[in-house]
Order: sequence, then structure tokens, then C-alpha cells
Amino acid sequence: MKMKKMMNAAVASRYFAFFITVFLFLVLYGVGMMNFRGFTRPQVFFNLFIDNATLIIVTVGITFTLLIGGIDLSVGAVVALACMILAYLLEYTAVPVAAAVLLVLAFGIAFGALQGYIITKFDMQPFIITLAGMFFCRGMTAVISRDTISITNPFYVSIASARISVFGLGFVSIGAVMALLVLLIAAIVLGFTRFGRTIYAIGGSESSAALMGLPVFRTKVLVYTINGFCAALGGVAYSWIMLSGYTLHALGMEMDAIASSVIGGTLLTGGVAFLPGTLFGVLIQGVILTFITFQGTLSAWWTKIVIGALLCVFIVMQAIITERKSKLSSKSSLENRL
Amino acid sequence: MEQVLLEMRQIDKLFPGVRALSKVDFTLRAGEIHSLMGENGAGKSTLVKVLTGVYPRDGGTIRLNGHEIAPRTPKEAQEYGISTVYQEVNLCANLSVAENIYIGREPKKHGFIDWKTMNERAVTLLKRLHITIDVTKTLDHYSVAIQQMIAIARAVDVSARILILDEPTSSLDEQETQRLFAIVRELKAQGMGIIFISHFLEQVYALCDRVTVLRNGELIGSYEVAHLSRLELIAKMIGKNLSAVQEMDQTEEKSQPSADVFLAAKDIGCTGSLVDVDLAIHKSEVVGLAGLLGSGRTETAELLFGIHSITKGEIDINGKKLNISDPMTAMRKKIAFCPEDRKVSGIIGDLSVRDNIILAMQAKDGMLKHIPYARQAEIADEFIRLLQIKVSDREQLVKNLSGGNQQKVIIARWLATQPELLILDEPTRGIDVGTKSEIQKMAVQLAKQRGMAVVFISSEMDEMTRTCTKLVVMKDRRKVAELMDDEVNSENVMKAIAGGEKE
Repeated sequence: MKMKKMMNAAVASRYFAFFITVFLFLVLYGVGMMNFRGFTRPQVFFNLFIDNATLIIVTVGITFTLLIGGIDLSVGAVVALACMILAYLLEYTAVPVAAAVLLVLAFGIAFGALQGYIITKFDMQPFIITLAGMFFCRGMTAVISRDTISITNPFYVSIASARISVFGLGFVSIGAVMALLVLLIAAIVLGFTRFGRTIYAIGGSESSAALMGLPVFRTKVLVYTINGFCAALGGVAYSWIMLSGYTLHALGMEMDAIASSVIGGTLLTGGVAFLPGTLFGVLIQGVILTFITFQGTLSAWWTKIVIGALLCVFIVMQAIITERKSKLSSKSSLENRL
Repeated sequence: MEQVLLEMRQIDKLFPGVRALSKVDFTLRAGEIHSLMGENGAGKSTLVKVLTGVYPRDGGTIRLNGHEIAPRTPKEAQEYGISTVYQEVNLCANLSVAENIYIGREPKKHGFIDWKTMNERAVTLLKRLHITIDVTKTLDHYSVAIQQMIAIARAVDVSARILILDEPTSSLDEQETQRLFAIVRELKAQGMGIIFISHFLEQVYALCDRVTVLRNGELIGSYEVAHLSRLELIAKMIGKNLSAVQEMDQTEEKSQPSADVFLAAKDIGCTGSLVDVDLAIHKSEVVGLAGLLGSGRTETAELLFGIHSITKGEIDINGKKLNISDPMTAMRKKIAFCPEDRKVSGIIGDLSVRDNIILAMQAKDGMLKHIPYARQAEIADEFIRLLQIKVSDREQLVKNLSGGNQQKVIIARWLATQPELLILDEPTRGIDVGTKSEIQKMAVQLAKQRGMAVVFISSEMDEMTRTCTKLVVMKDRRKVAELMDDEVNSENVMKAIAGGEKE
């Protein structure tokens, strides 16, 4: 009975999904360490952040849109377009590195704001608008160049290959540091600012939020703007890894991002997300990929298969939690009756 | 005379094709509880929405403390000190209690939200309303009643001068309502002006000082509640003269149950929701399930309809033992169930009246069996006529109907399956007086004329005593009393609930 009570309390906890995700990550990592000697090196852990810097940034952005019950399918294409613009500007024009990066970020902001404005103003399905955005950006990437453009700008390459030591245990890239910074700032914004809490409120009930006098319109547009910025910033981070612009870069990344976010505890219906969980959602994908790399004979596509299975499990789990919760609340409502 | 707080003059509001409000005046004084009455569609909600800036007005002036105001959004209205608590709790279930109270006005420290202070303030505020709960838990942990009070706490804390309560008691039981009233009276004593909208006449008489009656978007008048009889008030609301209302108020003679038992439940129970209930329902009988919210009324109905399976006891239909494991079985055995919350579990707003009516019949016949359109239309028209559903035509979308008419559509849906047992769970909640009495009469007539057995569940005692020949009183998920014929009155129900009387 006591055990059951504790279980109920755990399930009812807002952080239940987060605990599960962290637990799963630790298990996967543990299995890796037991099977492969190399897995025990700290650098393997740091590589997770280096390799997944883009995905972390993009996932943070998309979590904002999922929180208000929206979605953004354009982020992968925006990453590709950002890489392409950067490659084009750095290789074929005299635009300085800083200006090129700022230009790309400005594009991301403007593009996100435009999508957000259309979605909010005309009360459109975010799915369809951002699908259009995805086609547009992917198409524009090909318009700039159908072939790969390699980035050879020496200053840019030096940024990309810069290594920052971590307590002498290993190193991380600038992209990884940037990703963690974005995550930290986003977590603070969501948890400790009026804007962040308004996002949660809109996800909980948009009409309630409006009736409580919260700035729904502005917040929604801003959410998509932030997401556009994150996608463009993710594009910059991606270009540091790929050092090229190519039409098929980051193909399907929006789906990876949504999957990571959901595995990290985000509800697609909106109103529920916990950014540290999102981080672990990304890291789980990373661990599986690392595992497969160490194993050597399996195809990298196994990552997708495992993620697919995990996603199923998590969605079902969320449904069970929600049902369990409503049962618990109907019970507690009885106890609370006077 | 108390100081005038709010003056609305000559308010006009047009919707495409409809004049929702026409030259309506409304005056609210400080320290007064003022009721807005009228049938559904009379313009009560529209007037409130104009006042709170949800709708822009098309004419007229609003003066608050003598200054003209023109709130364009709920937020602006709040800044003027006008707060609203709506019928459906308009808070966010995914946020904590404290957050729901303070969102948009969170206490801050160094530019960031100060959660500790916020939680402390929420606790203090709720304590003033005599509510002690964990404010860090999300709102969906608590009952609708608690949520309602949290909504009031929020409204009051926005330093409101005017508090609008739109049907606040429609999902509360008697005790909870009394507790809410205590809070409202306390706020009145503090000099707040309160606008109270309710369909419950008794509550208006218990709580309010003045009443303003609207009909078809027009002002009928403002009256002192103490000097207006209930019948006069109803007459003004529905626009008929007094004698017509008196006639309407006369009860349809009750249906006399036949000797045949349609359904007998013996010691049925379900772990966690119901304990050993005995129930016999005769043909042509209207049985009432009375009791407080959460006493097991709805649970009993759900067991009879197979929504949950019984874990104990047995159910006999027409003398044969039967296992009702799911609603489909119940439907085949000619049982119909109109659930409590028509918005959530009944009406499909985007379908037409016709579609909604034939839905249960279609489900019963199986999805593959085609019902010809002409037949559908015929059935729909029959019930629109029978239940006097007010529609422009049978293809009108259900979401555009008033609450009372939506309820009738659901009842029609179940009548179309030609049931022998009709279970009505709170069929009159949130609908206007006229329709209420129509639905009550309908229940009795169905029993009389078609020999149908009816189970009637309601929180309104006089409605039950008026229609039922047998009352089963529930308390704490048990049956505590069964009242027959002459014993059916509210006093006996109260006694049974209070526990003074044992079977």
C-alpha cells in the first residue's frame, strides 16, 4: 500500500517523465560502458554535446512551439538554408564572418516572426504554414546552389575547430558551449519570466490565457520568432561541423527535434515541457548513435529504429500518466470536498 | 442610497443578423450583489462581455465612478478593477494554483519571478477565503469547486472593485455553493460591487439585493429582490403574464409506476466507486437519484449503462440476469443514458441537429447499416417537434443552439433508439427556467405515455420532488434511503443525507 502510494506520488509529479528519461539515459550509457572500454572515456561524453550541438539548439526552439500547442516543421530546412547562405557569403563574397553570421540570424528571426504572424493573425494550422516554410527554405537552398559549397574561410574554420578544455578531462567545441548556453537561457526564460509562464498558460488553455488578460498574440508570434532564431543559430552550429552548404543538410532534423522533445517529456498538446528533459531527449539519441558506432557492424539507421520504438513507448506512457493523473485528481477532489 | 459604482447607459451590440443588446441600462452600486436574469440568449453574457471588453460595443456609455471608460480587452477591464469569473473555470490546468492566481502579475526579484513570495502570498490569500491547499500543485489536482474559488481568489486579488460571477454555482453542490456565498457576502461587506448571473432562482433570492431582467436583448427592468415574487420574476423573464406562469408552474401530474419491474439491481457495487446499491426500476416510473455531488449518483447510472463494470451483485432486466459489460450491451437492452456534461460527452457541435439525433441510433444499428436520408430527416423532424427544439431547420449546426436546446437534442438522440429505460444525468443544468420545466414535464410524459422507465439525477431538490415518485438518496457512495410517494419531499432527503434516518 505504501509502495503504491509512493508510485502514485511519483506518477503525479511534474518531473516523472524527466526522471524516466534521465534514468533511461543512464542505463543506456551504463550498458555502453560495460560493453566497450572506449565508452568510459570522458571525451565520449563530451562528444555527445559536440555532435549534437545543432540538435540541442533546434530542439530548444521547437520545444517553445510545442509548448503553446504548435509545431514547426521548417527548422531542418532553415538549418540547411542557414548553412548554404553562410557558405555562399563566405566563399563567393567579401562579407566578413561576423556580418554573415548576423545576417543568417536576422534571417532566422524574420522568417520565424513571419510564420508566427501568419499562424497567429489568421488562426492557421501551424503544421501547414511551417510545412510551406519548409518547402520554401529547402527550395531556396537549392536555388543558391545545387552543389555542395565547402567553407574554406580560414577564420571560420578556426572557430569551427576551436577546442575548449573541460577540467583537463577532455574538450568541447564552441558549438557545444553555445548549445548549453541557449538551453540555460531558455530554461530561465521559461521558468522565471512572465513571458515564459505566459507560454505555459497559452499551452494550458489559450482562451483562459486571453481571459486572464495575458498578451496571447504577442507571445505566440514571439515563440515562433524565437524558434526561427534557434533554427538559424542551429544552422550556424551545423556549419561548424559540416563546413559546407548543401541542399540535403539536416534533412528531417525537425522530426529528430520533435522526437527528442517528446522523449524529454514535452506534451504535443501543449502546456507541458521541461527543458533539462529535452536535453536528455537529445542525449539519448546521441548515446544510441555512439553505441552503434562503437559496435561497428550495425547500420546508423538503427538509431532511427530505436528512437521510433522509444517514441512509441513514451507517447503511451504519457497517455497512461495523464489518465492516472485525472483518476488521482478525481480522488483528491473528493478528499478536498470541505 | 449606496454610492453608484458602475453605470451602463443605452448599450447596443449588434451581431451579424442579430441585435444582441438594444439600449440596455444597468446600474451597479458599491456593496451590492446584483443579479442579471433572463433566459438563454437574453443578452446577459453579451452585456457582461461588453463590460469586460471581450466584445466592442456598438453604442452607449459605460461610466465607472463617474468616469467614462471603454475597456477594449479583458486586461484593460481588469486594470479598471472589473474582474470576471466565468461559468467554465477559465484557468490553466497545467499551472500551479499559485501561478493561476498571480500569472501576469507575478512578484519579481531582480527581474525574475519570485516563486517563494508568490507561493506565500497565494497561501495567505486563500486562507482569507478559508481554503488551505497545497498551492504548488497543478490546478488539475483539485475539484471544480476548489478551482472556482481559486478563480474568485484571482479575480479578487486583482484589486477588483467589480466582480462578475457568471454561473459560478452550476457545477457546485449545495455545501460548496453555501461556502461560495459566504465568500461573496464577505466581499460585498468590503464594498465591492458584485454582478451575479445564475439560472438558480433560489440562489438569486438567497444572495442578491437587486435584479435586472433582460429579454431578447432588451431591458425589462431593475427590481429590489425583496419586493419581487418568484412568479413575477419568471413572468418578466419569459415575457408572459402572471397567470400563464402560474399555469406553467403547476406540476404535471406524476406518472404512476406499473407493477412490472424493468430493471432490478441487487447489491451492485464497484470497487472504489459504489457500495452495495439496491435498486428496482418499474416501467412507467420516474426514479430520482438524490444526493450531494460525488455521493455516487452518477456512478450508479454509469454502472447501469455499463460504462464501468459491476464487481459485485447482479442486474436483472425484465427478470433475466444480465451482464452489462459495456454501453453497447446496455443500448441493445434498450437503456439510454444522457450524460452529465453535455459539452464534453454529448454534443458534437460541428454536426447538424439531424446528425446528432440519429447518432445513437446509428451506433446501435452498427456503422455499416445505412439509414436513408429521408428516414433520418423524418426522425429528426419528429423529435424536433416532440421536444419543441428551437432550430431554424434540422441542418443547423448544434453548436449554434442554446444550452437548453442542445440538451434537448441529446435527449432526442437517445429517444430515437426507442429505449425502455432513460437515464438523465443533470439534464437541466445551466439551462433556463422555461426549458427546465419543459424537460421535467417531458420526463414525466415519457413515463406516462410510453411506459418508459426514467432515472432522473439532479442537484435541484424541487425538480426531483416535482417529477419523481421514488427517490433513492445516496451518500458517500452508498444508498442511505429510499423515499416513496408521499415521503418524497426535500425535508426527508435532507434528513437522509444528514444521516438522522436509517433504513
